[in-house]
Amino acid sequence: MNEESPTLSALKLRVAAMERRAPVGKAVRVATGHGDIDAALAGGIARGRLHEIFALEGGDAGSATGFAGMLSIRLGGGIVWLREESAVRGGGHLHAPGLVEIGVDPARLLLGVLPNALSVLRAAADVVRCAGVGVAVIELHRDPKVLDLTASRRLALAAEESGVAALLLRIAATPVASAADTRWAVRSCASQPLPANAPGHPTFDLELLRQRGRGADGRWQVEWNREQAVFTSPTPSGVVVAVPARRPAAAPIPLRRAG
Amino acid sequence: MPDDAPFVCVETVRGALRIASVDPQALDKGLSPGMALADARAQLPELAVVDADPFADHGWLERIADACDRFTPLVALDGGDGVTLDITGCAHLFGGEAALVAEVEARLARFGTLRHALADTPDAAQALARFQSAPAASEAAAIRRLGVAALRLDDEIAVALRRAGLRTIGDLASRPTAPIAARFGEETVAALARLLGDADQRLRPRRALPALFFERRFAEPIARDADVLATIGDLAAEAEAELTARDRGGRRFAVRLYRADGALRDLAVESGLPLRDPPSILRLFRERIDALADPIDPGFGFDMIRMSVPALEPLAPTQLQLEGGAVSEEAMAALVDRLTTRLGRGRIARVAPGDSHLPEQGVLTIDAIDAPVPTGWDAPEKGEPPLRPIHLFDPPQRIEVMAEVPDGPPHRFRWRRVLHDVIRFEGPERIAAEWWRRGQAKVRTRDYYRVEDVRGRRYWIFRHGLYDRETPDPLWYVHGVFA
Repeated sequence: MNEESPTLSALKLRVAAMERRAPVGKAVRVATGHGDIDAALAGGIARGRLHEIFALEGGDAGSATGFAGMLSIRLGGGIVWLREESAVRGGGHLHAPGLVEIGVDPARLLLGVLPNALSVLRAAADVVRCAGVGVAVIELHRDPKVLDLTASRRLALAAEESGVAALLLRIAATPVASAADTRWAVRSCASQPLPANAPGHPTFDLELLRQRGRGADGRWQVEWNREQAVFTSPTPSGVVVAVPARRPAAAPIPLRRAG
Repeated sequence: MPDDAPFVCVETVRGALRIASVDPQALDKGLSPGMALADARAQLPELAVVDADPFADHGWLERIADACDRFTPLVALDGGDGVTLDITGCAHLFGGEAALVAEVEARLARFGTLRHALADTPDAAQALARFQSAPAASEAAAIRRLGVAALRLDDEIAVALRRAGLRTIGDLASRPTAPIAARFGEETVAALARLLGDADQRLRPRRALPALFFERRFAEPIARDADVLATIGDLAAEAEAELTARDRGGRRFAVRLYRADGALRDLAVESGLPLRDPPSILRLFRERIDALADPIDPGFGFDMIRMSVPALEPLAPTQLQLEGGAVSEEAMAALVDRLTTRLGRGRIARVAPGDSHLPEQGVLTIDAIDAPVPTGWDAPEKGEPPLRPIHLFDPPQRIEVMAEVPDGPPHRFRWRRVLHDVIRFEGPERIAAEWWRRGQAKVRTRDYYRVEDVRGRRYWIFRHGLYDRETPDPLWYVHGVFA
């Protein structure tokens, strides 16, 4: 058929109107700065999609939160971060000076602390639908019943319509079927030590568990470079020598300004 | 309690039970407020007695005042038993003063027996309502006939006036004021001037008068939410016309629903930026009504709806920017309004730097609807790793630590029943108490360490107190987790 009959195109329009969906174009992809990851993602992480970030163990919450914050910086725009009250009690406050330290500008941040997972998802539906938002971070702990395939489909559809990047941050949760574009597991990873054996820059072990439409997966160790706002591969710096865990007190300690 | 028995309320005055108020029947039998209950009982053994409850009385009066709110926005409470309405310019809306009085009486009938009076000044009206016993030719004559009790001064002054032969307001008014002031005090003259309308006396309304208000009255009460919302939409359109004419907008819109039986329901929405666009206002009200924990109960319907804009703020006509910058900011502001309307205050916040170096006090969370975009965060130093954690525990969590005494770094710690071996650390970063604040002198110094354990997890832990100088056995806490 060379040309659609007018009736058919009219019908298609009506169906589109019923589904309330603009024809979805190609997603805008934002490079992470890490060559291998960008290659695996066909150019980078997509705006207007739902992405899941898992801390499979509660102990990795800090790393997963950091990764979500760093991705938000890459993706750009205003950040709306939604959390549960129980998360604040169990996992601590989202600490703004700490976000500043990874490069987030708090002026771009709106923080919502809501009573439970259901209210988080309800608010998230509103946030993700609002095209003025850059990134919506939806933080849910454990496996709330309300977060099922339907809920994640709803978020994914809203994100496609508005172009908002939705990051579903799941702490101490197990991956289940969802409508996410990509799914990541974040684990903490030993950092490249700074002089005097000080803990170094944020370093993660990233695993791409799943990618919609592409079978590719992979696992990388990445370090976050705050100044350039890119993920890089950790490179051992030359000055470091192996130091035993208990340093002999007599060893000369190169000084570093702290605080 | 038998219904027909005389009835009094009592209160304890200086250890004795005295009558606080009486019902008409008890009044007929010669009881009056201030009498000792024992005397009253002696006169009327069948007397029914309850404790006076001033708070309940006040609540009752507030409800009467609420019910009067529909007649005029200027309603003031008058002592513990009166309500004063400023009906200047309102009477014609009800078809004249007589019709207004009739409507007030009809609406307030369910509150019990009420007395009323109309007068040129608040004090005159209050005195006439309380003390007038027989009709008079004119307001001035009626006031002159009132007893000196109508001045509502201390009992002592009233008694002194009567002893001096001054029984009515007229007696007082016909005499020069200087001797009266000298003998009975300045307040007597002032009260007299207020009553006669010689002194300027203003009503103190219960609520501040809103900058703008619009109302709709219905011949037939309406009950459905949809009708209520449609009316709110109409009122918002009226408000828009007025606000546009003044280049103003409002950040708060309040709607009051007047039920036919006198009950009220208040709804209010707020926005971060000044607003006057009717669809936006209506959308916020729809959110508000949807989010109500107890739905609007229309009863027999609402017969009046009033929308008020308490304060106006400048709002120039807007033009969309081609770059889209302003659009996205406006979209964010609208989102904040919507979420705040639905979830209530204290949920959606912005963070601003706090004026304290104590980590747990270094951040202020401000309702996003109130806050301008906060600034003033210090940029982190180049090339440094994060020195502040991304999650902060408040309060800090206790850990057991193996560290060298007196001030060695931690080697190993147990947190949430898991053992962590420290392989890298940096510190201490000493954060002292804010000794310049009251009560902070005894607070202990904290030595913070950034540590990394074998599994690559990074923590912010501190020793609480300097060994031996502040405490013999400092405890350790984990205060945060790094990315």
